[in-house]
Amino acid sequence: MPPVLIAEDLACRRGERLVFTGVSFRLSAGEAMLLTGPNGSGKTSLLRLLATLITPAAGRLVWGNAPVDVEPAAYRAALHYVGHQDGVKPGLTPREALMFWAALRGLGGKRMAPLIDEALTAFGLEAVADWPCRWLSAGQRKRLALARLVATPAALWLLDEPTSALDHDSQIHLECAIAAHRASDGLVAVASHTPIDVPDAGVLPLEAFAPSTEYAAPD
Amino acid sequence: MAGFIGLFRRDLRLALRQSGDTGLVLGFFVLAVVLFPLGVGPEPAILQRIGPGIVWVAALLAALLSLDRLFEADYQDGGLDLLVLSSLPVELAVLAKCAAHWVATGLPLALISPFLALLVDLDPGAILVLSSSLLIGTPALSLIGSVAAALSLGARRQGAVLSILVLPLYVPPLVFGAGAVEASVAGAGGRAYLLILAALSLAALAFCPWASAAALRQALE
Repeated sequence: MPPVLIAEDLACRRGERLVFTGVSFRLSAGEAMLLTGPNGSGKTSLLRLLATLITPAAGRLVWGNAPVDVEPAAYRAALHYVGHQDGVKPGLTPREALMFWAALRGLGGKRMAPLIDEALTAFGLEAVADWPCRWLSAGQRKRLALARLVATPAALWLLDEPTSALDHDSQIHLECAIAAHRASDGLVAVASHTPIDVPDAGVLPLEAFAPSTEYAAPD
Repeated sequence: MAGFIGLFRRDLRLALRQSGDTGLVLGFFVLAVVLFPLGVGPEPAILQRIGPGIVWVAALLAALLSLDRLFEADYQDGGLDLLVLSSLPVELAVLAKCAAHWVATGLPLALISPFLALLVDLDPGAILVLSSSLLIGTPALSLIGSVAAALSLGARRQGAVLSILVLPLYVPPLVFGAGAVEASVAGAGGRAYLLILAALSLAALAFCPWASAAALRQALE
């Protein structure tokens, strides 16, 4: 069956503070979702929650027909999370970094080489592929983090501010990659402050799920 | 398995390319041992008596110096998120990182220890026992250290918190490591001590990856 991600009544608590409650959505194959909301409305928290990096305070996630907490390994193998931090090590080259990330997903060896070349090309990194990453600019490091999406296929992409530090051409590369991913039945959830062209994406305005007491005017 | 080997090789490669880290640890080790004869005077009898303890304490402190880098870089740059999400169980990821840490710090410490043993006037038999005790005991230092490194992630003064957490846990390897050399100097043979040291390393191998993995998951929450 084609992949589907269902969120049921999710709530997130960070420390003492309830960030959002009652978030429900259904993301089916080929669909995209844009998370919107002001700073602090919980976009990053929701993406980290969807990536199983934090546990929800209430509600549950269902991937396909199994709840995520029953089969977390299968769900994690099916997702890519690209956060604010790019996870790029200054001492490795982009090619080594992609090889390593592929090995972490259990895809080691020589057969990865063509896929990694493809990923480097997709984000315009072929010229710097064998430089140490400490020579890369912030935008190039971000592109390297995004190249993971192409190097190792996974059904669900969770992208947190993927366009930050990207130049215009790279943003178009990213939009093309997202479109190609959706065309092959992939799912995408994006949080972005800058405009990003994701056609027919559903919008999840997170400020609408803030607990009512959170924004109450002081007496 | 590809993930385990990949992570081990990556960490080792990073350690070799940033060989300043290993150099710093070895430099600290040498300096700490050299300072003692300068401080307590050059009488061979005193140095022989306290030498094994000095070398072991210096090795503990040198290992401590490198621990904060074990998870900190991955924690800061987001790499830890990717490790936790990978198909490699976090426990095995910890083990791979500890193995790379040992090869980059514990092993070089054990390898240069014979030269330092000469500085404190140990005889050849005792030098052999000292190097063996470091070879057998330093895996425990990396493994126990990983628990403290994981627990102290995100702490405001990580280095200080780490030292306070880890030094008490380093007491058993220190007692049996230095004890092995002293027993050998006294003519009793250090075999029993070395076996206990090996048992400590094996116990750390069995227990520490789980504890570190739990602490890492907690740090990411």
